[in-house]
Amino acid sequence: MLQTWWELFWGFFVANILGYGGGPASIPLMQEEIVNHYHWMTTEQFGDVLAIGNALPGPIATKIAAFVGYHVAGWFGAFIATFATIVPSATALILLLRLLNKHRTSPKVKGMTLLVQPVIAVLMILLTWEFGQLSTDSIGIWQTLVIAGISLWVMTKTKLHPAILIVIAFAYGALVLSHTM
Amino acid sequence: MGWKDYNGLVIGMVRTGILGYGGGPSVIPLIRYEAVTRYKWVSDEEFGEILAIANALPGPIATKMAAYLGYKTKGVLGAIVSVLAHILPTSIAIIVLLGSMYALRESKVVAGMVAAVRAVIFVMLGMMAYEFAMKAWKGLGKVFAALFGVIAFVSLQLLNIHPGIVIAVFLGYGVFHLDLVQRFKSKGNSDKGVS
Repeated sequence: MLQTWWELFWGFFVANILGYGGGPASIPLMQEEIVNHYHWMTTEQFGDVLAIGNALPGPIATKIAAFVGYHVAGWFGAFIATFATIVPSATALILLLRLLNKHRTSPKVKGMTLLVQPVIAVLMILLTWEFGQLSTDSIGIWQTLVIAGISLWVMTKTKLHPAILIVIAFAYGALVLSHTM
Repeated sequence: MGWKDYNGLVIGMVRTGILGYGGGPSVIPLIRYEAVTRYKWVSDEEFGEILAIANALPGPIATKMAAYLGYKTKGVLGAIVSVLAHILPTSIAIIVLLGSMYALRESKVVAGMVAAVRAVIFVMLGMMAYEFAMKAWKGLGKVFAALFGVIAFVSLQLLNIHPGIVIAVFLGYGVFHLDLVQRFKSKGNSDKGVS
């Protein structure tokens, strides 16, 4: 039992600490550990977990960790796998930002803050483009433009919470788009 | 008073946890809304920094940000509460839904929901990109903002260099940027003085 717990911790720790660019980037690494290395699941099983993980909202890496951990060693297994996924990188972020905040007034830190903005802007533009393509691929350009146009209007001209906008989009997708796809 | 902060953390993080589709990156605009606009845990500049450094570190993005925002408002316990609120609902859902896995996977309703929300996220990400670009434009000045924007685009998109590396290099240069600009300016001024 102890060894299983350790393997769960180690497998998910390695997969996530090597995955750059957020949860989605870690998926192939998780698959490597789960399917090829520890044989906790077959490729088909992992594919199913990934499919249901994508059908549910929320961060993908933690959902996979919770499910595989549970599958291998019950609720405690789910806890260990999720812990190994989140805690190391979250701790690193907290420590780094604490260091940065300590030297907030230094021109060096100010320069770093300034310099990082264009990179974030470009990363966001690329991510936007990716989501635009995903959307046109699945529902076509016209549906995308209409939904996007309404969303833009709602977000810039009204005080509606973005969460409500997403819930409305869910409803539209469930009621209307489900018949056209 | 203390409880109210936790309340905000839990509500904000549950909301971002269950409404983000397509993994961590898609949920960033929602987290930004809760953290900057709704609950004012951090300023917009600080959010940009947190996002940048979170991107430069390995591991899932959204949970890292949830942890830091919780830590910032309420210390270590805040970080734990924040992360749990963000991931527990969907983590439990995937375990409990094991039985109905295939039904959900084949469901047209679910497929429709995912598809509709992508267009919304597209707009949210676009607005965020615009705001960060404006911030760079104002903070660095037009020339530097355009120059660094182009360098970032070329390295990320055309050369396919990993975002973590690009951010690390920009951060590294950032340490010297203000100093260099200063030196260049004063040199320019003294040159003018001489002539």
